Amino acid sequence: MEVFLPSLVSIAFHGVAYGMILYVISVGLSVTMGLMGFVNLAHGAFAMAGGYVLTSAITRLGLSFPPALVLAFIVVAAVSVLLERWLYSRLYDAGELEQVLFTIGLIFMAVAAAQVVFGMLQQPVLLPDYLKGRVSLLGRDFPLYRLFIIVASSVIIAALWFGVERTLWGAMVRAAVDNRAMAQSIGINTRRLFTITFALGSGLAGLGGALGAEIIAIQPTYPFEHLVYFLIVVSVGGLGSLRGPFAAALLIGVSDTACKYWLPEFGAFFIYVATIVLLLWRPAGLFGRRL
Amino acid sequence: MSAVLETRSLCKSFGALVVAENINFRLEVGARHALIGPNGAGKTTFVNMLTGLLAPSAGQVLLGGEDITRLAQEARVKRGIGRTFQINTLFRDMSVLDNVALGVAERQGVSRRLWRAASRHRQVREETFALLDMLGLADDASKRVVDLPYGKQRLVEIAIALGLKPRVLLLDEPAAGVPSLESGMILQVLDRLPEEIAILIIEHDMDVVFRFARAITVLVDGQVLCEGPPAEIASDPRVRRVYLGEQHE
Amino acid sequence: MTSFIGYGADPRIRFTECLPWLAAIAVFFLLPDYLSLGARILTYILFALSLDLILGYAGIVTLGHSAFFGFGAYVAGILSAKLGVTDPLLLLAAAAAMAGALGVATGAVILRTHGLTQLMLTLAIAAVCLEIAHKATPITGGADGLSGVTIAPIFGAFKFDLFGRTAYLWCLTILFASWWLTRRIIYSPFGATLAGIRENRVRMHAIGVPVYRRLLTAYAISAMIAGVAGALLAETNQFVGLNVLGFEPSGELMVMLILGGVGRLYGAFVGPLVYLIAQDFLAKQFPEYWYFGIGLMLVLVVLFARGGILGLADALVARWRKLK
Repeated sequence: MEVFLPSLVSIAFHGVAYGMILYVISVGLSVTMGLMGFVNLAHGAFAMAGGYVLTSAITRLGLSFPPALVLAFIVVAAVSVLLERWLYSRLYDAGELEQVLFTIGLIFMAVAAAQVVFGMLQQPVLLPDYLKGRVSLLGRDFPLYRLFIIVASSVIIAALWFGVERTLWGAMVRAAVDNRAMAQSIGINTRRLFTITFALGSGLAGLGGALGAEIIAIQPTYPFEHLVYFLIVVSVGGLGSLRGPFAAALLIGVSDTACKYWLPEFGAFFIYVATIVLLLWRPAGLFGRRL
Repeated sequence: MSAVLETRSLCKSFGALVVAENINFRLEVGARHALIGPNGAGKTTFVNMLTGLLAPSAGQVLLGGEDITRLAQEARVKRGIGRTFQINTLFRDMSVLDNVALGVAERQGVSRRLWRAASRHRQVREETFALLDMLGLADDASKRVVDLPYGKQRLVEIAIALGLKPRVLLLDEPAAGVPSLESGMILQVLDRLPEEIAILIIEHDMDVVFRFARAITVLVDGQVLCEGPPAEIASDPRVRRVYLGEQHE
Repeated sequence: MTSFIGYGADPRIRFTECLPWLAAIAVFFLLPDYLSLGARILTYILFALSLDLILGYAGIVTLGHSAFFGFGAYVAGILSAKLGVTDPLLLLAAAAAMAGALGVATGAVILRTHGLTQLMLTLAIAAVCLEIAHKATPITGGADGLSGVTIAPIFGAFKFDLFGRTAYLWCLTILFASWWLTRRIIYSPFGATLAGIRENRVRMHAIGVPVYRRLLTAYAISAMIAGVAGALLAETNQFVGLNVLGFEPSGELMVMLILGGVGRLYGAFVGPLVYLIAQDFLAKQFPEYWYFGIGLMLVLVVLFARGGILGLADALVARWRKLK
């Protein structure tokens, strides 16, 4: 018991940090899938791109950490607007197979491009000095950066939820997710809404990827390796909802950390099995309303 | 006269919204029955409950005396309920022949065979061609459904249902959306349908209703308003009120 | 995108359908140095055929088909390396049976769902299989793979030689048999039902077709064929690695099938052929550019040429006919 409780706290702490990063990255996917009905498997590539922008901004442009983070968000959001306008929008009415294939193609291109430009190795995690070090909590030492991740993610998430609940944009998104045809017929410009929302979701993914580089390493195989987890967060949480994926992400973050700590021989086995069981029990996700 | 299709106290509500209330309905063998009512009266919902697409909140559906309320769609089809959809629900890129043959093959119990080629099943082809002939579609057999005029597509819709050799045929607005030049075709087909099939037709077009039906049920707000032969219904003041509004009485 | 073969179609084998087999036999005599690549291509054609049955004909989008491929490979590998079963035909039969059982078990669960949930479940099941293979090192060899897979001579007479000649002919024979069976299924009433389910599921329910049961049967058959393909790979390589499982082989197979053309039987022939040959020549020299090129090709095919190579060929033939 002496050893158990502190390790439980440690797992909870690291698990929550991981879960929050998963959420920040995946929430954009949930909203765009619920809003546009578009299966975007390439979402992880946006997160990866954010990580690369962060590292490049710090090493090549000499920016400090906060502006580099902001740049990650902006650059990824901007690129996603171009992709959405030129490519994604042509496939909104296409079948599921086409969307899956298209986004797989994008993943291949992103992975290859990352390899060519940045090489196969993991990107180094470059933290500013004031975020390094450890902090003491409940009798144990925790990395300060992880605490920062939790705090920063909470701020981002709160801003997002506020935005969706209180702003006009948020109301339009909620209306269009609920009933797209109806929303169009009351004059909501769904095309522009899609673009803005897609940009926001992708930007958030980039920000999450940059912020979470310490937990989810930035390397060319990123979009493949973590695709399943992002999709689990969204499908278990429920498409188009905000709270569902949050609960799912925290669940996954904590369980994955716990499993890797206590049962490393089983790896992610339990997560996958739990996902299968959960989806069979609640096909629309824990909080989902469509599908 | 025994009822081939019957509902007892059939009810359906979605939360607080009641779409069907206490519907007692009988369809006799060989009936030519029409179901009319204003939009939103619950006619298609009623048909969906008859076919098993929708489960009722309360009440029973009986086919030939057998309670089929809990049965799935496929089982009801096997027991003899066929339907057409208000909006064409066809295999658009397939030929007319294939559209109808799929249903015929299923009924003949042939469609789960893996070994012999489909086109070598002569019984399926013969029966399908006979059906197409009866409906005047024999020349279009190898054309893709999507290439046919809308009126003929509606006929394919009916052909598919007939291929199931149903005891009861539920036609959901068979003339809907058909340009007037082509609707004569549909009326002719309706006239020539086999006598022993009990037919319930949902329609808005009163010409079709009064020409075709020997009995009419009026559904308003999920409840049966009245029922009877066409002449009675036509002169019923309540029906007039429902359709034309209070001032015009 | 897909062609329909049904009650009006002529089921006799056309002359053009004999060409692939003649070509394959010609390759055996004319290109003896490329037979191991050839065997690999034939194996992937079989794998692609299994995916086409469930994806192109029945319309079920799955990203987890590698689960059956890998399962078949490991069943054959484990039976051979750990349990000493070496008869190649017996290994294929065992792989088919086991993969088919897995197909029934997973299909029963997956086919009741649809949309993202279904896609997610196919991915999750594939991920579970990969995890199991990764961690069950004493049985599967874990990350190092399963070696020591020995195969007895086929029918006691044909030994697997170093030049890949026996392997090539063995793969060709199995592919031929599977192709023949699959072709019969596609032309049968059952195949017509599958296409109906793909085209308009609501209508199929209203005709009284037990849709779920039919899909489950198709899924199980598809799993069996994929399992045989995996076992073939194990036999010809005499090794089973983790790369037969997970998202990447499923994704790659999808690319091959789309390249060739989905839902047209021979797309499964053309796709892997073109892909694997291109990969053999290009990927060695420029691996990252190869990957990028594949991604780009996929994007372009989806946007402009959904029928793949065969679709483009059809369009060209149609235009040529119009000019005449």
